[in-house]
Amino acid sequence: MQVPAQVEYERAASIGHALSLLTAPDARVIAGGHSLIPMMKLRLAQPELVVDINDLTELSYIRLEGGELRIGALTTHADLLADPSVAALMPIFTDAERVIADPIVRNWGTAGGSLCQADPSEDLSAAFAATRATAVIQTQAGPRTVPVREFHLGPYETVIGPGELLTEIRVPLPAGAGSSYQKVERRSGDWSIAAAGALLCRDADGIITVAGLGLTAVGAAHFIAAEAEEFLLGQPAADESFQAAAVIAALHCRPVADQRGPEDYKRHLVAELTRRALRMAADRCAAGRCA
Amino acid sequence: MRVTVTVNGTEYTRDVEPRLLLIHFLRDELGLTGSHWGCDTSNCGTCVVWLSGKPVKSCTVLTPMADGRAVRTVEDLARNGALDPVQEGFLHCHGLQCGFCTPGMLMTGRWLLDHNPDPSEQEIRAAISGQVCRCTGYENIVRSIRWAADHDS
Repeated sequence: MQVPAQVEYERAASIGHALSLLTAPDARVIAGGHSLIPMMKLRLAQPELVVDINDLTELSYIRLEGGELRIGALTTHADLLADPSVAALMPIFTDAERVIADPIVRNWGTAGGSLCQADPSEDLSAAFAATRATAVIQTQAGPRTVPVREFHLGPYETVIGPGELLTEIRVPLPAGAGSSYQKVERRSGDWSIAAAGALLCRDADGIITVAGLGLTAVGAAHFIAAEAEEFLLGQPAADESFQAAAVIAALHCRPVADQRGPEDYKRHLVAELTRRALRMAADRCAAGRCA
Repeated sequence: MRVTVTVNGTEYTRDVEPRLLLIHFLRDELGLTGSHWGCDTSNCGTCVVWLSGKPVKSCTVLTPMADGRAVRTVEDLARNGALDPVQEGFLHCHGLQCGFCTPGMLMTGRWLLDHNPDPSEQEIRAAISGQVCRCTGYENIVRSIRWAADHDS
């Protein structure tokens, strides 16, 4: 029987209340709880206090504002998956949500929780990194913003300090962007063996002007394939470029062998999934979403 | 801490440790043993109940998170002695063998049909994809939910 260790529980009545509760030592935010509670059962996390933010419904929204997609931290996976504007403008998230856990878990797990959990195998971190999203963090002195590419300090570690709360993720919407997320898992609902997310823009001549590449579960620093992104800029949006970028991504990531597979297999997957994600992102540019 | 949870329309107030998982609150504190306690890792789905109207794996909810909220369990499906069509479907289509996964499957099946009254086989399979039948009797579970869709009044 798995039960968490003794823990105190408080329910936040407002964002301000949450921030003040979160100044307590070893306090953790709980929203869906579908990553944190299993970790508490295994004593991989042992907070003194959990602060339930489920009443802060003002943090559950998806809206288009300021040329960005703004996603409230408490937005569930199910909400992201079902949102038509996300599917139309940033299908990388729809692709990823379709393969995150299972429908029951997606009812409760949240976008903000996924980012803050900072699990190296979690899919949304790579998707937000690929799209160069920005995290909005509320502090007692007011909001601060951090690029998602600087949000994770390492496995299970983020820049969020005591008395702070992630409230929103802002995804820029470059004109004409196409995007995609491709994942291989052992079975339905499992973590990635490896996954790749891509975002592309190209000009009228078919030259790549924006490239974002996120990698999941393969030890990529900040969940990105920076060298492959750099290579793609200025290249034609064509299979040869995608293949070359895929090889670069596979070379520079740092997968480790585990029960999900040996290192060389994971590198193989990175190359293949990067290629597929880039091709799909390019197809989606061509499918009429270009400005 | 003191919590008040409305389960199947009845309010229950109890003093619990905050770490008490909802599945144990339902089974051990309230004696509602229809919901089963399975893998303990939010993989198997036999503990699925509704919380605030949405299916959840109750082994992955702290009881205080349900404080002031409504929970619906498998005990609430039959009304006035009449089985829910989803239960009837499992009866007619042999949707259970050992029966261990059944309470979770029933609660997910009911929720699916409430939101999608005419699901395709693929949609039914997707809906139960977070739940495990250790007898591997998925074919008949899918048929049972489909039967219920055809017989829902």
